[in-house]
Amino acid sequence: MNLYFVIIIGSVFVNNFVLSQFLGICPFLGVSKKTNTALGMGFAVIFVMSIASIFTYLVNEFVLVKLGLEYMQTIAFILIIAALVQSVEIVIKKFSPSLYSALGVYLPLITTNCAVLGVALLNIEKAYNLLQSFLNGVFAGVGFTLAIVLLAGVRERIVPKNVPESFRGFPITLIAAAILSMAFSAFSGMFGIV
Amino acid sequence: MNNKRLNILTNGVVKSNPTFRLVLGTCPTLAVTTQAINGLAMGAAVTFVLLCSNVMISLLKRVIPDRVRIPAFVVIIATFVTVVQMIMRRYMSSLYDALGVFLPLIVVNCIILARAEAFASCNPVLDSALDGIGMGFGFTLSLTFIGIVRELLGAGSFFGLPIGSLGNISMTVFILPAGGFLVYGTLMALVNYLTALADNRKYVHPTHKASEKEAKV
Repeated sequence: MNLYFVIIIGSVFVNNFVLSQFLGICPFLGVSKKTNTALGMGFAVIFVMSIASIFTYLVNEFVLVKLGLEYMQTIAFILIIAALVQSVEIVIKKFSPSLYSALGVYLPLITTNCAVLGVALLNIEKAYNLLQSFLNGVFAGVGFTLAIVLLAGVRERIVPKNVPESFRGFPITLIAAAILSMAFSAFSGMFGIV
Repeated sequence: MNNKRLNILTNGVVKSNPTFRLVLGTCPTLAVTTQAINGLAMGAAVTFVLLCSNVMISLLKRVIPDRVRIPAFVVIIATFVTVVQMIMRRYMSSLYDALGVFLPLIVVNCIILARAEAFASCNPVLDSALDGIGMGFGFTLSLTFIGIVRELLGAGSFFGLPIGSLGNISMTVFILPAGGFLVYGTLMALVNYLTALADNRKYVHPTHKASEKEAKV
């Protein structure tokens, strides 16, 4: 039971995917202008990450390892994720138009979100079992959502006029992210999780 | 014609530098630059993949159907990334460990897909190769530079060599994640400032009049 607790707290706070592991920085900087869009992106990431964790685990365990093709991991995983994102998009479009209109625009972007491939590769590296992989996927997504929504909240309050011209846009966002990351570094060592 | 080729080559280094101007491929930029050597290695790996995938995609641009081009590009890129992974694991195992999960993550580095989509899929082979080299070189240069700054401030060394007693007064925050964001943001602002100066655009600081003098210099 203890290991599950470590995975949950670890991937949300201590080893936050964005702020301490630098995974998924592109959407973190790109889609964090408004809190609403950040939240939409966050939910889409949680959704895809949790499903991708299960599928990549199963394919790795029952296809790649069985056939001795571990070196094909990168190629296989990126294809699984791309296919998964595409099929999730089709399914949501068909069965839940309201969810589609909320998440639709973010879904294609997720294929090239390195956090999704990152979580799949880290699950294998840490030798998690199916349930642990799934939990890691879900809560890494929750950690991503937390970080991107917090940054969006900060960005909404930055008045562009008061920012020096050369700092406007990405540089000031990166500085804000640095301060956010400093705050999150205080979580390191919480419950003895490094 | 030669001039045009030279432009393609230098475009990625200065005018559309992937790190500071296009802001693409930010994950490895922040993650591996705790040491200058890691930045250099990551840059070299990305350059290799970029060059190979640009050439391959340019060669195959008439064969790949338009509707499945993105998955096709991704498979081509992933193949070359696997090649790099295998070579590094065999011959540079310490760097392989240092780059960790970010080596396979070159697959989803947006620079490579962006150049495949925007350049290689609609340009001749030689131009695409030059574009790959230029962009890769620009990326390597930026990553190495960020790495040098972070290593110098955070660990007091230069490419692993300790510099005098700088190690005693080093600020560990610069090699922590927060320092990565901080250095990247500050350097990007500096690049913006220098670009504005070079463009001869009048630079007026919005709050302090003192900096107007600076701009005229």
